[in-house]
Amino acid sequence: MRLERRAHRPLALVLLAPVIAVGAALAISGILIALAGAPVFEAYRQILIGAFGSRLAITETLTRTTPLILTGLAAAVAFRARLWNIGAEGQFFVGAIAVAAFGAGFASHWPAWALIPSLLVAGAIAGMLLLLVPLMLRLRFGVDEVVTTLLLNFVAVLFVSMMIEGPLRDPLAFGWPQSVPVPEEGELPRLVERSRLHVGLLIAVVIGFVIHLAQSRTVFGLKSKAVGLNPKAAVFAGVPLATTLVGVACLSGGLAGLAGAIEVMGVKGYVTTDLSPGYGYAGIIVAMLANLHPVGVIAAALFAAAMFVGADGMSRAIGIPSYIADVTVALSLLTMLVALFFTQYRIRR
Amino acid sequence: MIELIEIFGTAGLWAAVLRIATPLIFGTLGALLCERAGVLNLGIEGIMTFGAMIGWLAVFNGADLWTGILVAALSGAMFGLLHAIMTVPLGLSQHVTGLGITLFAASLSYFIFRLTVPLAATPPTITPFQPLDIPFLSDLPFIGAALANQTAPTYLAIATAGLLAYILFRTPLGLAIRMTGENPHAAEAQGVNPVAVRIGCIMAGSALMAVGGAFLTLSAFNSFFPTMVQGRGWVCIALVVFASWRPGRALLGALLFALFDAYQLRLQTVVGRAIPYQLFLMVPYVLSILALVVMARRARVPQALMQPFRRGER
Repeated sequence: MRLERRAHRPLALVLLAPVIAVGAALAISGILIALAGAPVFEAYRQILIGAFGSRLAITETLTRTTPLILTGLAAAVAFRARLWNIGAEGQFFVGAIAVAAFGAGFASHWPAWALIPSLLVAGAIAGMLLLLVPLMLRLRFGVDEVVTTLLLNFVAVLFVSMMIEGPLRDPLAFGWPQSVPVPEEGELPRLVERSRLHVGLLIAVVIGFVIHLAQSRTVFGLKSKAVGLNPKAAVFAGVPLATTLVGVACLSGGLAGLAGAIEVMGVKGYVTTDLSPGYGYAGIIVAMLANLHPVGVIAAALFAAAMFVGADGMSRAIGIPSYIADVTVALSLLTMLVALFFTQYRIRR
Repeated sequence: MIELIEIFGTAGLWAAVLRIATPLIFGTLGALLCERAGVLNLGIEGIMTFGAMIGWLAVFNGADLWTGILVAALSGAMFGLLHAIMTVPLGLSQHVTGLGITLFAASLSYFIFRLTVPLAATPPTITPFQPLDIPFLSDLPFIGAALANQTAPTYLAIATAGLLAYILFRTPLGLAIRMTGENPHAAEAQGVNPVAVRIGCIMAGSALMAVGGAFLTLSAFNSFFPTMVQGRGWVCIALVVFASWRPGRALLGALLFALFDAYQLRLQTVVGRAIPYQLFLMVPYVLSILALVVMARRARVPQALMQPFRRGER
């Protein structure tokens, strides 16, 4: 038995890969649920009910989808150019704290039409700046950005913690470490009444399609792809490596920062250190499940969000820890890698 | 000002250095072994978390402490095998596979822990490793107090560094490992099987990482809680670069790093609330980044690091 490279990558197989990957991940998690002594199909039925079973469930799932689309896009655009931005978690947090700082600071009395866009931009710029640091270290000193972006995640969360216990502390929060609230004019309008779903979802979806167009129709899209496929060849063909990577980093970090900003302005209203249950890391999985396709990211984010929200409901119903959702989603990254491999290779005797 | 220097005179500081360094030594040696064979193992953070959880759980359920360490090592080797299958025969992206293993191993740890240990206000505890009283060591001036009275796994960590250095640079096996990391095609021409070497190294390296995690729950603390690894795995990855892929320097790097960490912990109590404590907590991560910046250009990277080996393909 040996592996042989396929002459063509069958399109049907590429499109099927995420379906097979998710199916395999669900099957392996099913074994874990069975080992835990719970009925497998009932557990998955409960997850489905928890994610889509009611109006509240659907709006909660979509609310959770929003940050995952943006962090997923952040990872997808970076990975496409082989910029290993694993720092979306940190960029998410600095984006969030920038909103709190800007909103409480000199912009606090601005009307909504001026405040909302400037807060979104502030969050995006904060995320951008945080990613430019490791990129500069890579371009200037040749430091691998994987480890530096990972390490900066911890620095960013500590920085946020310092801010919400220091200068940005909410004095009315009874001693809880949380930031001053975003002014009311800065809150994102609801999409559905009596739910937490806000216009952030529309923003995220539109950005997904815009990035798809930008990647397939613009020079920047082509350059960032070329840099990812073969940096040496790209440079030889006249693509400026550093400038292209800076552009990609601004986009990627900006998206992750925007995710944090939107989460604060749309859902929570203030910043705490548990604002993100790992949206930055989950974004990597979302991007890989989508095979780095921006529109695919939207679907993959919906899957991950449905797992997370559904597992909470399932956990209340049959007592299996909701961590099973994290296990399934992480597994789907590994199974997706294998599935993608078999779109390129086949087994020959 | 005098107080800041006086901290160095306390034996407590130096004892803490070895204690803080131990998980880093295990983790760094594990990552180093993988990278010497040409594979970057970013599964480290999750594997350390799983080792911490499963080692603790074994002891909590009645196993003795060394069995706990062994269980952790075996679990690490299993995650290593998974990583190896994906990155060696299949040649998948080592970055993404490693991150996937980290996310999978960490979430699986939390799942198993929550399933077997119900939520309680105070986390359940075990009796951890006790400090050994080694007669001759404690008589040494100055360093004696620090070197003696450590728990057994700390001595094991130091011995492992020596053993790994010996294996890598003094045995045929070590030569095969280093050749595989530098040029797997040349290694194959010499009759070495690069695939087998890489799989073996990733499994052994991952076992060391898991033991480093188990030290946290079986010696440094006595209970398990999520996020307790706190980026130590990523610090280890940075330390491997800092150590230029040499076990002796990895030991030194981990000790130096732990010295800074132990010092900042004591500095916090001296400085008090004048400086936000978060700034001190940032120190380990910022130091790791600085270590990477300083060493990135100077370090001699194994030439085939992160390059998948496929027979007949170059």
